[in-house]
Amino acid sequence: MAFVAFGSQTPAKEQGPSKTGRVALFLLLPGLFYLALFFITPLVSLIITSLKAPSATGAIGRYDFGLEFGNYVYAVTQYAPQIFRSFSFAVLATVLALAISYPIAYFIAVKSRNRPLLKGILLTLVVAPFFISFLLRTFAWKQIFSNDSLVVNVLKDIGIFGADSYIIGTNFAVVFGLVYNFIPFMTLPIYANLDRLDLSLVEAGSDLYASPSKTFRKITLPLSLPGIISGTLLTFIPISGDYVVASRDFLGGPDTAMIGNVVEANFLRIQDYPTASAISVMLMATIVVLVSAYVRRSGTDDLL
Amino acid sequence: MTRFSLGKYLLPTYVFLTFLFLMVPIGYTFVFSFNDSIKSNIIWRGFTLDNWLNVCDQADVCGAFGNSLLVAVTATAVSTVLGTMIAIALVRYRFKFRSATNLLLFLPLATPEVVMGAGLAAQFLDFGWTKGLTTVIIAHVMFTLSFVVVTVKARVATLDPALEEAGRDLYASPMQVFWKITFPLLLPGILSAAMLAFALSFDDFIITQFNSGSVDTFPKFVYTAAARGIPPEANVVGSFVFIVAIAIVIAVQVRSALKKRKLLSK
Amino acid sequence: MATEFIARGQDLELKGIRKEFPGFVAVDNLDLKIPAGEFFALLGPSGCGKTTTLRMIAGLESPSKGEILLGGKDIAGMKPHERPVNTVFQNYALFPHMSVLENVAFGIRQRKLNEPLAKAEKALAMVELEHLAQRRPQQLSGGQQQRVALARALVNRPSLLLLDEPLGALDLKLRRQMQIELKAIQMEVGLTFLHVTHDQEEAMDMADTVAVMNQGHIEQLGSPEVLYDRPKTAFVAKFLGQSNMFIGKVTETNSETTSIEYKGKKITGLTKRSEKVTGVIAIGVRPEKTYFHETQPIDDPGLNILGPGEITDIRFTGVSNQYQIDIPGIGVMTVFAQNIGRSPVVELGAQVYVSWKIEHSFGLSDLPSGVEEEQ
Repeated sequence: MAFVAFGSQTPAKEQGPSKTGRVALFLLLPGLFYLALFFITPLVSLIITSLKAPSATGAIGRYDFGLEFGNYVYAVTQYAPQIFRSFSFAVLATVLALAISYPIAYFIAVKSRNRPLLKGILLTLVVAPFFISFLLRTFAWKQIFSNDSLVVNVLKDIGIFGADSYIIGTNFAVVFGLVYNFIPFMTLPIYANLDRLDLSLVEAGSDLYASPSKTFRKITLPLSLPGIISGTLLTFIPISGDYVVASRDFLGGPDTAMIGNVVEANFLRIQDYPTASAISVMLMATIVVLVSAYVRRSGTDDLL
Repeated sequence: MTRFSLGKYLLPTYVFLTFLFLMVPIGYTFVFSFNDSIKSNIIWRGFTLDNWLNVCDQADVCGAFGNSLLVAVTATAVSTVLGTMIAIALVRYRFKFRSATNLLLFLPLATPEVVMGAGLAAQFLDFGWTKGLTTVIIAHVMFTLSFVVVTVKARVATLDPALEEAGRDLYASPMQVFWKITFPLLLPGILSAAMLAFALSFDDFIITQFNSGSVDTFPKFVYTAAARGIPPEANVVGSFVFIVAIAIVIAVQVRSALKKRKLLSK
Repeated sequence: MATEFIARGQDLELKGIRKEFPGFVAVDNLDLKIPAGEFFALLGPSGCGKTTTLRMIAGLESPSKGEILLGGKDIAGMKPHERPVNTVFQNYALFPHMSVLENVAFGIRQRKLNEPLAKAEKALAMVELEHLAQRRPQQLSGGQQQRVALARALVNRPSLLLLDEPLGALDLKLRRQMQIELKAIQMEVGLTFLHVTHDQEEAMDMADTVAVMNQGHIEQLGSPEVLYDRPKTAFVAKFLGQSNMFIGKVTETNSETTSIEYKGKKITGLTKRSEKVTGVIAIGVRPEKTYFHETQPIDDPGLNILGPGEITDIRFTGVSNQYQIDIPGIGVMTVFAQNIGRSPVVELGAQVYVSWKIEHSFGLSDLPSGVEEEQ
């Protein structure tokens, strides 16, 4: 059910206002306080760090408080290609994942509706990749597509590939890996939505519009929009910040680095915290703007 | 009508092929857990059970796996309790700043992991906290909490408030109502939330890498090992977790199917 | 068998009860007294405040103002689980994770009384469901669930049993059957029943006393017969069945009769059956108390006679025919005629006169909504 987090749900039944506020506070405060302390203040820390200046002592990894807005200019000019690449990859991978996942979700939710056993098996198979480590399955693809692998050799033998062609390290490999990893994130929310689809509406549609494709476009697709929104957000957001798939140790190469790789390198390797933070702040701001615009336009203001 | 009957086979074929595609890396990982490798685990060198039988020969793998379990269990316990409390409050009570609360719960779901990881790391840096298991657990509770809230909330919303009222009407105090009626009825939702939180925590890499310092979790071990080649013991752990998880999922499904059948048959 | 459950019910008295929700007043200054052992119905349309009233008695809502006295003791400050009151909920609210028997035993267990299961079994036997004790509520039919809910409440021998639209979820046939059963059980156990419903037939059928509620207050309280025969307000007249209504200025009134002038015609009723005898008042008559005649009836001071008018619609409903008669200068009247072969056989378009005995008129205290005083 978490996968419908972004979709519009029927609002929970509101109870009478007579309930005591004290109990509500007791229930809410520990969790909300936790989030304030370990989610909100870190974001503030991130903003503060992004404005810090190198330490006067010149020590590596030491920074003083400041208002260095130049950090942002530096981050943008220095990492423009990675930023652009990240969003291109994220958009492309999201669209591809949607195209691949929708028919699957449709098949499980609608075509298998009266076959609970088949439905159970298919749902288990969709979530199965979740149960094997994200890194292991990505690494498996690396080995499957590595330069001496069966796949690459066969492609060379049948002449599709030249002698010095390769897959790992290309943009293709990275987008491929991203799409693969996020198919379940796309499929589940769409499935959850289509599962509730009233088939009599489709029947009424085929009665009125006659052709199956037109019924699909006019009835099924618009009704499943909340699931699509939910799925695209659950796919787009993690992809835009991912750095495992594009890492050189996995499916990426020298020219595939994404924002996540930049943040990781700056924060954890060269300890340039202000630049890493500036990029993170910009990524977060972009996501928030995009998500709120997207959610508002799609008319699902009911966020949670 | 011919087009329609073509579609009849097209979709199942497509679904079948896509599922095959989804299973490829899983199968690969599983098969290579039996590889009699020497140093790297890239080329098939023959079948062996050694990796499975002596998985802890690779002490790093076992230690990392243990850390992952510890983190996931602790973080799941904390976030399930906190999240369930919030979910009940959201559905059952009216309070001011509801929309602010909803926003606060929604934001972690809409924040890329790298931002949460870097932010928390920046904060620990500011506070001068040493990174280790504690900071990882703190981070995992944070990012799993909203998932728990969403999952449990869906269950609370299906719970008829009249059931709790009936309990109060039948002489149960508010605490008794919670433990005898609300909690047992929410339990399936709470359990699935806990399973989700556990899975998310166990498989998390990005937030962990930013906040773990020198402590290795299983995904972090794999990431570090990837540069020089992942040992087959890692495949063993991955395959083992996979089998356990699938077994749990199947058991849950079979159980609910049996229950449904029992209800219908009587 | 039922003697186990016989407990004398207690008087319930509401004094000046008011319940405000943000933005509206659900119940306004309500006074009500229900004698012990009575089957009392609170009848009204949805949103009239009847369910809020019941929830305040159960303790599920707390009144903004006023007292709730049970057996003379104010229970307004008590928590629901401290009140000797039990409820049969609208959708039964049976606990889905417990067997039927455990559901019924729940209240006994909570109060830590002896032999919860034995008592629950007896309660189930009373509603003739002992053979289903081990089932889950979801496995029962609607009518069976309803009876389990009743047993679960009755087993506690409450001083007062609240029924919140308990038959609303059942189909018509089952509802009628359950009405009879419920009434029989109430007579058997002798408890005070407070039944909330929007179904006027159900209320009239079962209750000793009915209170008709509208917009947070009680319009009229009385036996079903009195409410139907002598509604005091336009709301009650309309809510309980149909009526023909005439509004006009009082032209003469004495100790015997009161008459108004309605569009040039004199309409008369008995003074003792009029709530108001000055100014503009409304006089009504039930359609089944009116007759039509093919020839003009002879003038009679004991009769109101209108017409002639044209029959514009005839509806056959089985036991009676319902006629719409359009009388020029008067308006459309409704007349029910029993199908016992005594009424004249008339066809659509026939010209007829309408009459009724003046003792069948009733005079209301207010005017139907939408009617201005000046008329």
